[in-house]
Amino acid sequence: MRALLVPAGGAAGFIALWWLAVLLRLADPVLLPSPLETFNDTAKSFTQGPLLHDLWRTVTRTVLSFLVACAIGVPLGLLLGARESIYRAVEFVVDFFRSTPASALFPLFLILFGVGEGTKIAVAAFGAALVILFNAAYGVMNARRTRLLAARVMGASPLRVVFDVMLWEAMPQILVGMRSGVSLALVIVVVAEMFIGSTDGLGQRVIVAQSLFESGLMYGVIFVAGALGYLLNLTFLLLEKRFIHWAGK
Amino acid sequence: MNAITPREAALSVRGLRKAFAGVAVYDGFSLDVKRGDILAIFGPNGCGKSTLINMAAGLLPVDGGEILYDGRIVDEVRIGYVFQNYREALFPWRRAAENIRYPLRRMGLKRAEIERRLESLAADFRVRFDLNAYPYSLSGGQQQLVSIMRALAVEPEVLFLDEPFSALDYETTLSLRTLLQQVLKARKTTTILVSHDLEESIVLADRILMLTRRPTLVADDIAVDLAWPREAATLSAPDFIAIKARCLDVFTRAVAGA
Repeated sequence: MRALLVPAGGAAGFIALWWLAVLLRLADPVLLPSPLETFNDTAKSFTQGPLLHDLWRTVTRTVLSFLVACAIGVPLGLLLGARESIYRAVEFVVDFFRSTPASALFPLFLILFGVGEGTKIAVAAFGAALVILFNAAYGVMNARRTRLLAARVMGASPLRVVFDVMLWEAMPQILVGMRSGVSLALVIVVVAEMFIGSTDGLGQRVIVAQSLFESGLMYGVIFVAGALGYLLNLTFLLLEKRFIHWAGK
Repeated sequence: MNAITPREAALSVRGLRKAFAGVAVYDGFSLDVKRGDILAIFGPNGCGKSTLINMAAGLLPVDGGEILYDGRIVDEVRIGYVFQNYREALFPWRRAAENIRYPLRRMGLKRAEIERRLESLAADFRVRFDLNAYPYSLSGGQQQLVSIMRALAVEPEVLFLDEPFSALDYETTLSLRTLLQQVLKARKTTTILVSHDLEESIVLADRILMLTRRPTLVADDIAVDLAWPREAATLSAPDFIAIKARCLDVFTRAVAGA
């Protein structure tokens, strides 16, 4: 109970400060609406406006790009991790593109995939796949040697060793990669929704609200996007805790 | 030591050669292990005791010579291997029983046979803890017992034990040692034990191979003619003490000889 009360207290304090700033007129009311106004505008957009649809679009794009990223990143990471010499050869390229801001790749992806859904998903998947690949490869490379030898001695074929030992050994690290990957995918999707020919999505909604001076709604969409990111992160933390029950024991 | 005829040998090593970074560890090493015997290998640090069993188990390539199991290479026979570090040898994502079933599944045995073997091992080792638990929730001794059961489940032609008790406390070591000798003798499992504990080597072995510093040679080959089962009283029996004195003497000379 206490574990819930303390963070709730922090959030309440944040809202109280915000309200105080509004009451003291520290900023122009057009730029800083009250929490209540923000809530009302957001609720209205949810029930009568497009916000629910926007949220749904952002979630689908993020999940879709995350799934594509997993489908590429996990097997490729396992393969590269199992053959360390190959990984060392491509490590620089992976690290380089992992460090490149995905937003800098928008123009390139626009040329490759055109103005449409494909580009948003491709660029987000690309960013997330590198993070997942990197983590999966390191998970495999840090696999306990004894366990690999034990499996071999027990008659496991090389392919068996990959699926029965390496995959499991890498699993904690793969889930860490997935958690970072899904967060990154959300970031890229929201930015892409702002700038790559979109008509919906949270990114689109926030930039439209800003340009129409609907600041209550703008703040609301920011909070919705924040809540989405937080929930995605929390989901993977809980998955890790539940599924990787052996970690650190 | 009586000569071992080729038909009696479960494992034959001939002219083994192995070097690490140009330093020869084995340079023409030969050994025969009699079927059903428990052979303990004892020697100074770095003489390549673990290297020898890793090469025999096919985990490490040899530079030259041959290691044959009744004429066959290691890939053609069933072997068991118990690692020193049970924490890193068991699969923590599988329950203890699933760990033991794993090599049996790889052999393609029928489910009924797998369960029969699991139950017979649990009975032989008088297992009283829950085999459906995950390894990390078991004690160190229980985890190493699971490792031993997993290695024995395949009914190996040769069982390799690499310092199996070195990470366990003395009390656990004593009880596990007693159980292990009973089971190995009842099943007539040919076993090669690497240990850095002389007392343990003598208590468990039919024969002790004392090795020199590298390049490794046999310093002495000692038959341990103590009656089975060997119990706490064995440790203070005159025969035991005589063997231990002889081993210590050989060991001291082997270490000093370098």
